[in-house]
Amino acid sequence: MVTTQATVTKRSGATIESAVRRGELPKTPTGISGLDEVTRGGLPRGRPTLVCGPAGCGKTLLALEFLVRGITEFDEPGVMVAFEESAEDLIANVASLGFDLNQFTADGQLVIDHIKVDATGTKETGEWDLDGLFLRLGAAIDKVGAKRVVIDTIETLFGAFSNTAVLRFELRRLFGWLKDRGVTTVITGERGDGTLTRYGIEEYVSDCVIVLDHRVTEQTSTRRLRILKYRGSLHGTNEYPFLIAETGISVLPITSPALLHIVSTERVSTGVARLDAMLGDGGFYKGSTVLVSGTAGTGKSTLAAHFCDATCALGDRALYFAFEESEGEILRNMASVGIDLKQWVDAGLLRFQCTRPNLLGLEAHLFAMQKLVGEFDPAVVILDPVSDLLRIATEPNVAAMLTRQVDFLKARGVTGLFTSLNSDAQANQTDHQIASLVDTWLLIETAAGNGERNRTLSLLKSRGMAHSNQIREFLLTSHGVELTDVYVGPHGVLTGSAREAQEARERSDETVRLQDLEQLRGKLARRRESVEAQTATLWRELQDEADIVGRSVSQGSTGDENRASQRVEQGRLRQADADEPEGTAPVLDGNVRSS
Amino acid sequence: MSEGVAAPEFVGSGDGSHQLTLFVSGGSDLSARAIANARRLCEMHLDGRYHLSIVDIHEDPAAVRTSRVRAAPTLVQYRPLPVRRVVGDLSDTDRVLLGLGIRAPTDVSRTR
Repeated sequence: MVTTQATVTKRSGATIESAVRRGELPKTPTGISGLDEVTRGGLPRGRPTLVCGPAGCGKTLLALEFLVRGITEFDEPGVMVAFEESAEDLIANVASLGFDLNQFTADGQLVIDHIKVDATGTKETGEWDLDGLFLRLGAAIDKVGAKRVVIDTIETLFGAFSNTAVLRFELRRLFGWLKDRGVTTVITGERGDGTLTRYGIEEYVSDCVIVLDHRVTEQTSTRRLRILKYRGSLHGTNEYPFLIAETGISVLPITSPALLHIVSTERVSTGVARLDAMLGDGGFYKGSTVLVSGTAGTGKSTLAAHFCDATCALGDRALYFAFEESEGEILRNMASVGIDLKQWVDAGLLRFQCTRPNLLGLEAHLFAMQKLVGEFDPAVVILDPVSDLLRIATEPNVAAMLTRQVDFLKARGVTGLFTSLNSDAQANQTDHQIASLVDTWLLIETAAGNGERNRTLSLLKSRGMAHSNQIREFLLTSHGVELTDVYVGPHGVLTGSAREAQEARERSDETVRLQDLEQLRGKLARRRESVEAQTATLWRELQDEADIVGRSVSQGSTGDENRASQRVEQGRLRQADADEPEGTAPVLDGNVRSS
Repeated sequence: MSEGVAAPEFVGSGDGSHQLTLFVSGGSDLSARAIANARRLCEMHLDGRYHLSIVDIHEDPAAVRTSRVRAAPTLVQYRPLPVRRVVGDLSDTDRVLLGLGIRAPTDVSRTR
């Protein structure tokens, strides 16, 4: 979460600068993840802030982290005045969060002053003041040049002094004194019966009041933070869930302040070629959020595995949060459909985080996920399935949590794929609640019929891309998911064996038709052969006749010539006229066929 | 940072005597009243069996830490044990005597 903190810090700094420019209240960033966003820059600088709530809600920790972050991130030394816990206890308590208070003390950046207050052996008579306390606090502030002071818990004083009129006057004087010294102070107070604090400290601390709460709903506890009052400043007014995590307090604003995500036109392959084609050109948008909903056993996880596989194949990292299966189960199950995820796990590109939803509260889940995403820096995050979270929280809460997750992922440009299990073919309420958040919504349905269940996949929505409106049949084969066209024809939309039967029927019809055609062709060929044979015979006969005729003609003409020459001879002999016309006997050409 | 409850060094304190320190804050009216009340009280009820020292916490801030004084004025009785404290201007003599264990609670109720 280092990067997150860094960005928070940066943003807080910018907010303060701009606030001062606008003449707004100067603020001291707490450095606590999320709190500076909710308070729009931090706590009022140089003024006291009251943090109140019931026992165990995290008041002391919040106050301590305020000091620690001040030292580590803003170079502002601090003083911790502890009325309840000893310095040793405090140091031990926060050591688990990685805060080395001893080091800060040794470096002269922190003073932890445990002021033990006990009523035993003490009596009061008449007037008094708290100068002893002031002196001690003043000495501590001067010792390190403190800019931040925490008083935990000042109400302990009420147990030690019976004259509350004097004490109240002195507390008012104390807060005034702290303001004069210009230190930003956090005062913690225990929640009273019907009041914010047991002794009404809120009357004196009027600048900023933060209320912490710790509620158990459906056996899951959630800590919440609310800015009750912030004089002179805008602030978030909602109750914000917060966590005490391994790195300190983390306040999770329910919605990000602005929709300023990085938008990419780059596509990432889904790992299923046909699905890429359905999505227009090349798959999901990088940094988009995808919801895959479907009933049990429809192959949602397989689709997710394909996506991981495709991501890792490009050398990018994928993070898989599984709420139902263990890593081993997923690897085995995906291997059975031909998706080898183990190679990516071995290569360090794929990481599984398998937890039962009820192991942690909703907020803790969210935080754990965000923390891991921050550490692993994946390109793709899978949540399988988000509907499991409904077991530990109500639908509006899950939807709110997923909204934050979507915002978080989008802000980082991480592509998210959530699966959601539906009880029936209809999408459930959560789906609808987060459907408006996701960019692409795939629905896998099963249709029962002909004694079988068949899966179909359709794209319910896909923002910003021309996508197919067709339902595809979704097949789980030994080499992964395959999408095929469903049969759409005069007999309706058919899938599975019905589709195959229909296709077979069409194939057999075709065969018969081809056979018939072949037969006809043969028949025609044979007829042609016979016709040609007959024609040839006729021609031969005709030719013969023609030859005969030819021969007769040539014989006849020879006779004519002879007769003509005889006639000429006779005429010459008789001295007849020479202009007698030539003989015009018809000539029959032998080449009849060519004419 | 732990704090000690060690008694300041007393000079010339005898056996069985009351060792008292009055912590005051500067030269205020409150301080003056407390000092006067403390002196009067010791004279009247301890009859020479006491040693009273007066510390201004502004002049001796270290004493604030070691003596565990929060409020001023505070009268601390280091001897006899246990350590007893009385906070305030010491105007209510009975309560002071009760607080220092010089008078038993029953005596107080009777005198009232």
